[in-house]
Amino acid sequence: MAFTVLVLARTRNLFGVVVLSGIYSFLMATVLIALDAVDVAMTEAAVGAGVSTVLMLGALHLCKSEEAKPAHRPWLPLALSTATAALLIYGALGLPDFADPNAPIHQHVAPRYLQNEIDVPNVVTAVLASFRGYDTLGETTVVFTAGAGIIALLRRRKGKRGSDEK
Amino acid sequence: MKNDLVLRVIGKLLIPFILLFAVYVQFHGDYGPGGGFQAGTIFAAGIVFYALIFGLDNARKVVPDRLVEAMLATGVLLYAGVGVAGLLLGGNYLDYFVLDSDPIHGQHRGIFWVEAGVAVTVCGVMLKIFYMFASRGERDRDVP
Repeated sequence: MAFTVLVLARTRNLFGVVVLSGIYSFLMATVLIALDAVDVAMTEAAVGAGVSTVLMLGALHLCKSEEAKPAHRPWLPLALSTATAALLIYGALGLPDFADPNAPIHQHVAPRYLQNEIDVPNVVTAVLASFRGYDTLGETTVVFTAGAGIIALLRRRKGKRGSDEK
Repeated sequence: MKNDLVLRVIGKLLIPFILLFAVYVQFHGDYGPGGGFQAGTIFAAGIVFYALIFGLDNARKVVPDRLVEAMLATGVLLYAGVGVAGLLLGGNYLDYFVLDSDPIHGQHRGIFWVEAGVAVTVCGVMLKIFYMFASRGERDRDVP
């Protein structure tokens, strides 16, 4: 994955970048499977590697396929992202160990979720659709808003063209 | 890519299974990995695959624009409707326990409809975005 990212950052050909980010998504999906998050892995493989690659190719079709040379050296962004990464790693050091049963996240509401009082074997689905129903409603609305925004942005142009053609 | 024989044959072979897998992920989401988001994206990916091989116009015949736009709104309304149904049956908003005389069964029913709503909206949005980008590209190619 690190290798993919390095090549991604160095490549100037945007077609290569799109393909590489698809590969990165697949690698990410395998990492998520290794973390036992199969639901997320499925989404990552379908959205990250599948649909978004196609959308990026579609967008690439509309513009030039070579990235322009940056106007200035990227030292400030590099320093900023390194600093953020260092801060995040420092913060992550304070977290409890991975899969530690005594971690607060496993002590708070998780036991109740796992008791499975609604008898749905897949806990992810139970939490997503039932215990956190409001959150998921919000997420669905966000997705809907994205679609509505796309329509609002791109439809007008299409309509204008259409009326011109008539 | 329309005239690539290998792609056409493989696509015809695979697409039914992709769509079937999406439906499986949708309805088996209670028991195995999966659920509305996953099923919606997989279904949309299947249609996008079809559009890539057989052309956008053919895909538009299979899943027309009007249907996609209707799906966008239907999903959210379905989800919100489950909440309202809970209200009408005397519970809280998005309270599934009241949807059936057996509370556990009510939960299952609520989750089923909610997941269906999520899947429909996600699939609709994915397809809509794809259609929008793809048709825009073609249009620009026609008018240089």
